[in-house]
Amino acid sequence: MSLILGIIVVTVFSLLLLAMAGDKQKGNIALFAVLINAVLSSCIAIPTLCGSSFEQIFYGGNVFGQIAIRADALSGWFILLMNFTMLTGILYGRRYMKHYENPPGRNPEGSANLTLHFASYIINHFAMIGIYCVQNSLAFLCVWELMALSSFILIIFEYGKFEVLKAGINFLIQSHIGIMFMTLGFIWVNSRAGSFDFNAIATYAASVSPAVSFILFLCFFIAFAIKAGFVPFHTWLPYAHPVAPAHVSGVMSGVIIKLGIFGILRMLLLIKGDFLALGYFILAISVITGVYGVILAIIQHNIKKLLAYHSIENIGIIGIGIGLGCIGLGLNNPYLAFAGFAGAMLHTLNHSLFKSLLFYSAGTVYQATHTLDIEQLGGLIKKMPQTATLFLIAALAICGLPPFNGFISEFLIYSGLFKGILESPLISTVFLVSSVLGLVIIGGLAMLCFTKAFGVIFLGNERHQLPATVHEAEFTKLFPKYLIATLIILIGIVPQIFVKAISGPTALFTGKNILQQEPVAFIETLQAVSLAVIALILLSLIIWWLRKMVTRSAVIVESSTWGCGYAAPTAKLQYTANSFVRPFRKLIHPLLMMNKTENALIGIFPNPVHSETHPYDKLERVIIDIPLKYLKGFIGQFRFLQNGNPQFYILYGVVFIFIVITIPLLMNALAYLNELIKQIGQ
Amino acid sequence: MSIVSFLLIIFTSLFFTGIVIRTKSIFSGRKGPGFFQPLKDIRRLFRKGAVYSKTTSFIFQIAPSIYFASVLMAIFMVPFGNQPGIISFQGDFIFFAYALALGKFFIIISALDTGSSFEGMGASREALYSLLVEPAFFILMGSFALLTGHTSFYEIFGSLHFGSYISYGEGTLAAIVLVFIALIENSRMPVDDPKTHLELTMVHEVMILDNSGFDLGLILYSTNLKFAMYGALIANFFLTPGYEWYYSLPIFIGVQIVFAVIVGTVESFMARFRMNHNPQYIFMLTSISLLIFIGVLILKKFV
Repeated sequence: MSLILGIIVVTVFSLLLLAMAGDKQKGNIALFAVLINAVLSSCIAIPTLCGSSFEQIFYGGNVFGQIAIRADALSGWFILLMNFTMLTGILYGRRYMKHYENPPGRNPEGSANLTLHFASYIINHFAMIGIYCVQNSLAFLCVWELMALSSFILIIFEYGKFEVLKAGINFLIQSHIGIMFMTLGFIWVNSRAGSFDFNAIATYAASVSPAVSFILFLCFFIAFAIKAGFVPFHTWLPYAHPVAPAHVSGVMSGVIIKLGIFGILRMLLLIKGDFLALGYFILAISVITGVYGVILAIIQHNIKKLLAYHSIENIGIIGIGIGLGCIGLGLNNPYLAFAGFAGAMLHTLNHSLFKSLLFYSAGTVYQATHTLDIEQLGGLIKKMPQTATLFLIAALAICGLPPFNGFISEFLIYSGLFKGILESPLISTVFLVSSVLGLVIIGGLAMLCFTKAFGVIFLGNERHQLPATVHEAEFTKLFPKYLIATLIILIGIVPQIFVKAISGPTALFTGKNILQQEPVAFIETLQAVSLAVIALILLSLIIWWLRKMVTRSAVIVESSTWGCGYAAPTAKLQYTANSFVRPFRKLIHPLLMMNKTENALIGIFPNPVHSETHPYDKLERVIIDIPLKYLKGFIGQFRFLQNGNPQFYILYGVVFIFIVITIPLLMNALAYLNELIKQIGQ
Repeated sequence: MSIVSFLLIIFTSLFFTGIVIRTKSIFSGRKGPGFFQPLKDIRRLFRKGAVYSKTTSFIFQIAPSIYFASVLMAIFMVPFGNQPGIISFQGDFIFFAYALALGKFFIIISALDTGSSFEGMGASREALYSLLVEPAFFILMGSFALLTGHTSFYEIFGSLHFGSYISYGEGTLAAIVLVFIALIENSRMPVDDPKTHLELTMVHEVMILDNSGFDLGLILYSTNLKFAMYGALIANFFLTPGYEWYYSLPIFIGVQIVFAVIVGTVESFMARFRMNHNPQYIFMLTSISLLIFIGVLILKKFV
């Protein structure tokens, strides 16, 4: 009771304080509010991971009924990983927002905007704690809506720009489509079971046939998949991420889209249907999501858009884990179930770490160079060596390379998939092999993408005249990034500790009794992995040292890059991001949509020509743009109704009320007629 | 005893490229250099000074060392018949592939570090080809995991036995796939010609244009190591358990020699493909490994 009350009090109090404080203090107030809320919610979360559960029930009046606040190990795990990213987010964001502060006394509008931003950040954190704990569907919808609205305000910080508002509204609409599906599911359960409590979902789902519970699950799945960004519900993501401030993008990609993953996992706990079918369904959609996300990521030239598509890819990897876990449950194979769910949940943490690090680094680059177009960057490693190294660590981690954390979760999922191939019936084997294929392709493509991103942004020479003031960010901005990087390396080197921590939430799915052996087997393997990882690091160091020793007396000369004897190369001669991925783009051409505008060369001495290429999402065109066009055409027929005359609008109101009243009367009349005809028939 | 395979691979790596070069010179009717000429070249490189481009950063300096370390790490995992590698655990072949990928990542970004258009070109090609090769390797390992019921190199090769004609077929196909993978991963014919002198047509060689001295020596020697490593993997398909060391040792050496001669022969008689035909060629590998997988699936689930 006191903990929850504490969180509410801290939130309200800090919001009031925020409104009164000066611009310079707002960031610090937000930091303290988030810090205290994080500590309080961690007090709920940590005991749940150790095995105890947290439950409190409030009476929410006639409308809400009993509001149950429950936290199990699943909530605990998600709360902890969210707290970490929210903290690094505000640590970084408080410095990032310095650029938008005004001199005191001027431009009250800008100051209000800043207040609104930090307030939304605190509210967002509060709402997410709520989402993880509230188990009353009506109250859940309220906190979910709070989260959606505060995210919307966070995204549209620079509301003066057209594309920012457009992306924000796109996000708002798609979020609400998700909420619509969720509401549908909750109403369905409430109308059958008569309760808003989440346990009612479980009892209702257990009482109906597997096919019905599958449809119920589908309803919730769509709702949460829109938030998580599963293909084909991903289209809001690549718009919202690039326009938001960097720390918001990092938080959004790191934790807000993970709410979708949490929702799906929660529903899997409640709706225990035919897990095998569920597993095949999730696996198929996840492999498509992963591969499609990374394919589109490769051709992007806006760094934050590229990272946004990578979020879609990583959601795919997490989904593969969940699908594998479901198949494990369906086949009654605890090894698969453990590998799948543990891999998925660990990857959720991992992704929130390296993706937030990537977004923060991208934000630092943006604030230094004022561009997000990677074709204009280059050579930044010499001016920003620390940012470059941090970006490199995150890039290696997101490619799933050892010795970083991404490898560990992918390794868990891989071992599950391979083990599954050995021990399952034919159909599952086919599904699992396709997933292995998908995961391998995702890994390879991610490598292509991040060699491109890192190479073009940080290496080589400047491709464009950058401001002379480009320099390394100050320490307060780098500090949160170092925190994340430390955790990334820690998970990579001693994964066994984290897998042990994750066995709590995983046990909710696999059941307590088999928990004895599977994690132990895994932890043994991971100990060997950790040994191998350490060996790899040591080996690199030894060779590096050998190189140093041997070349100590050698003559080292500096010269220009080899250019076939051409001694005056310019930065324009460098390979661009576009040319780096060209062979790949040609290969998968049918899947892409490249909008190219180019004017033709005319005459013997042609004028300079201009050529522009913009990649576009083919799926978005098919499932959003074209239906929207027809919908607009259809609804446009009724535009005469909106003629601007208040009299007409009052008339519409009257007509509406009239119809609402007459429908029941008409129904009664029809029923009466029906009766009459029956009586005549007799 | 688990160090046996490591020592053997290091040993074979010493004369592997020598055999390849010798084969080529015999086929083209030249006298050719001696067996140990490649090694002598590398030894000289190790002692030479180096030239670094002004454009490069520390990435360019550390990349060759990490590349070399990643190859050594991969070699640690390779078993020798019924002797496990130095490091062996469930799913070690995943680590094997990803460790190699780490090295590749660094060598690609070190090429981009020079800011040269040629090296960017090579990096782009290398990244694409290596990503296309990966699925073949994973499907191959998946099929053998299914065939033997194990998920580590050592256990897979330890329990592999040639009971039926189909498994002979599987083994041969797998050896073929691995030969192809080795050729592509080491950038040899028909995907890439290490002896070409035109930067525009190179893949791997153009990436390391700016490396010199010790670093170049490391990169060149890791090619030898990688050849010997894939040769060891191929040899493992024929080192069936129960054989004493005096059988397995000659088999191992024999397979490596045959492999080297095959590489030399391929390079003597084949021309390099056009660049845009390479992906199709590499896709073929994935389809062969899928064929192997279907074969194993039929063997396990229906027979």
